[in-house]
Amino acid sequence: MLRVEALDLDHGDARALTGVSIEAPRGEIVAIVGANGAGKTSLIRAIAGMHKPTAGRILFKDVDITGWSSDRVCDLGLGQVAEGRQVFPTLSVRDNLLMGAMVPRARARRVANLERMYAMFSRLRERDRQLAGTLSGGEQQMLAIARCLMSEPELVMFDEPSLGLSPALVLQVLDIIRTLNREGLTCLLVEQNVVASLKLASSAYVLENGVIALAGASADLMADDRVRKAYMGI
Amino acid sequence: MTLALTIEVLIQGLLNGLVYGLMALGLSVIFGVVRVVNFAHGEFAVLAMYTAFMAATYLHLDPFIALAPIAALFFVIGYVLQKTIVAKFIDRPDHQQFILLIGLAIVIVNVMLLVSGPDARHVNLSYAYDAYFLGPVLVDKTRVLAAGGALTVAAALFAFFRFSMTGVAIRACADNPTGAAVVGLDVRRLYALTFGLGLACCGAAGALLVTIADPTPTLAPAFTLLAFTIVIIGGLGSMPGALLGGVVIGVAEALASLVVAPSMKSMVSFGLLVVILVLRPRGLMGRSAS
Ligand SMILES: Nc1ncnc2c1ncn2[C@@H]1O[C@H](COP(=O)(O)OP(=O)(O)O)[C@@H](O)[C@H]1O
Ligand SMILES: [Mg+2]
Repeated sequence: MLRVEALDLDHGDARALTGVSIEAPRGEIVAIVGANGAGKTSLIRAIAGMHKPTAGRILFKDVDITGWSSDRVCDLGLGQVAEGRQVFPTLSVRDNLLMGAMVPRARARRVANLERMYAMFSRLRERDRQLAGTLSGGEQQMLAIARCLMSEPELVMFDEPSLGLSPALVLQVLDIIRTLNREGLTCLLVEQNVVASLKLASSAYVLENGVIALAGASADLMADDRVRKAYMGI
Repeated sequence: MTLALTIEVLIQGLLNGLVYGLMALGLSVIFGVVRVVNFAHGEFAVLAMYTAFMAATYLHLDPFIALAPIAALFFVIGYVLQKTIVAKFIDRPDHQQFILLIGLAIVIVNVMLLVSGPDARHVNLSYAYDAYFLGPVLVDKTRVLAAGGALTVAAALFAFFRFSMTGVAIRACADNPTGAAVVGLDVRRLYALTFGLGLACCGAAGALLVTIADPTPTLAPAFTLLAFTIVIIGGLGSMPGALLGGVVIGVAEALASLVVAPSMKSMVSFGLLVVILVLRPRGLMGRSAS
């Protein structure tokens, strides 16, 4: 469903990604693992059209989206739950959600989708009129996920969705991702919680200094000594 | 100096201030969302005054009627300007944006000089000397209409930002540009709309101003400075603050010309600016640092 081919990305003079190729088949969860600064967020943002790659191709649903602006990428059904949540702090919860449905593909169904999100995240319904900046970290993460789903995405890239959450909330977030996937959502998952994300994913990539160092079925990676040493502390 | 005269002058200042406030509102909206300081703001307002003057002279259009088409014209100018030129400078250093907009300001002033000369232009209105009497206090009809017009346009803008999806999307961009890109908002289009709305404020304010003041090209830089003073006093990024700042400046200048001398007007507004910045560094209605 999503295929990235030999992607190079620079931040000014600094190289962020070199020759990165990944693939996320429809209906699966694919994990991307890597240390801080490895380039995971850069990769996600490049796919989302927020950074322009210097070389390589990005294909989504067999459409070449390389160089597309982020609003067009989003409108094709490629959603993102961004690192740091990126909610709109001075907008109400409701308006935050509605902003997720501004893309043409979902705009007409925004009221129905809002109701669907409130049914799924009852906490957000209670906070309907509250400003997003006043929510707790966990609530903001739920809001970020719900806001993304408002655009009816076919693939969602999750960038460290459990960062800064309590262990109970981490489990809850991972559970939401599992449920969404069972309902047919393809997921690209970047998680600091390597064990959990490998358990969730069918395949995974290890990103080191902007290069794919390892790739394979997540069960194989979990058994790999390098992965166990570097990321699982075993 | 009688009490009636004092009240008269205060009311005049208040009414003028609302029109200034509308102009400053445009500056505030552009800065608050696009994060670009429009150093050509007063120039656009005076350009709008000339446009209203020409509409009145050649098309016999009352400025209060010409307001809507002029605001629409300036909206388009702002939209195109942002989309074609300013957008290319958004990620550049501040001083480059400064040079771009100062350059634009100089071009506008000189075009006005070229077309209309240095002399003030006056719009003749059949009701220019009509007035309302509140007991012994006399209030100009034009000023009341102008202030009413400014409030109406400002209210429409507030309603747009509060209730329309596009208005909320613009606020979302101002709140968190990264978040806006993440949810697939067309940030460049929303910035162009915002610049258009900012200049539409100039257009509307210009049409109103021409009924209470005569445009000259030299008025333009003074208006830019005035808009800055108002926005900073009211609080950067606060929309009601821009209107309040306009009223504060209008009243202060009116009082200054009454009590001190008309030539001391600007000194009083800059003095007030300094005082308010010392007492409330974020302006009267500015948000605290978050
Ligand atoms: N906007 C940017 N400008 C310049 N350098 C950046 C930018 N974003 C990320 N980087 C750099 O690119 C590298 C990869 O960062 P990032 O993609 O955020 O990694 P990760 O998400 O894996 O922690 C880091 O060295 C980081 O400092
Ligand atoms: Mg990251």
